[in-house]
Amino acid sequence: MVARVTVAATVQRGAVVPVRINILHKMETGHRYDVDGRAIPKNVIHTLTCRFLGETIFRAEMGSGMAANPSVQFYFVADAVGEGELLFEWQDDTGQRGSQRTALKVLA
Amino acid sequence: MTAELKRRRFAVAVVGTIAGAMAVSRAGADTVIDPADPVNHVNPINPFPARAQAITQGAPIREGRVHIDTPRLADNGHSVPITVQVDTPMTPKDYVRRIALVSESNPRPLIATFHLSAKSGRAEIVTRIRLNRTQQVMALAEFSDGSFWAGRAEVIVTESACLDAD
Repeated sequence: MVARVTVAATVQRGAVVPVRINILHKMETGHRYDVDGRAIPKNVIHTLTCRFLGETIFRAEMGSGMAANPSVQFYFVADAVGEGELLFEWQDDTGQRGSQRTALKVLA
Repeated sequence: MTAELKRRRFAVAVVGTIAGAMAVSRAGADTVIDPADPVNHVNPINPFPARAQAITQGAPIREGRVHIDTPRLADNGHSVPITVQVDTPMTPKDYVRRIALVSESNPRPLIATFHLSAKSGRAEIVTRIRLNRTQQVMALAEFSDGSFWAGRAEVIVTESACLDAD
């Protein structure tokens, strides 16, 4: 699964940093039918987590009410100086997992 | 394949599609998906109190401190931009633990739950949701002291997210 993460490359320590992730996923609701009238099974990304330097900074549980290609923006305080990666991980109803790493440098 | 058979297959497909669309509208009316899931298994005329109680597990909800920014008129229910912002200092003593987005009439009303911490710095979420028709959307915030605050927004939807069986 393809995703795009939008975050500044470098931030000042203590700054409130906006982070946005956009994942390419149909987020199938389970309420749709194909041309032959068969129900298309629900398949959404139900869990999304974001970690930075080993610490979980954000977690979301999502349902079929989230739009296709889910986009979520949140904030976090960069309180540790150093270079690290924002590690996003997610899983959908079929069990398929995805992840995305984005470098982030925190300046003193 | 003969012309007769082609016509028959087409007829079957059309009937199937109509039946499918009817099933969708029924699901929307009943709003009963999973009895084991209390938030989504509520079907009163005014559904928010019961759904919200399922999230708060009985704790009282106060109106305020939670602000929703979303278009009043969303042409397309498939993707409605929404920003939820909560008044809080986000200090270790006073912060927002989670924000739940609840729909009034979606087949699965619990849209999403976002878990935050004091290190979030700012209790704000920007996302895009689906809405099956004109309705209220509620954002429910749980604070670190265990209190719940809610904000609501009315969204007019001209095209439902539940009518695109293809």
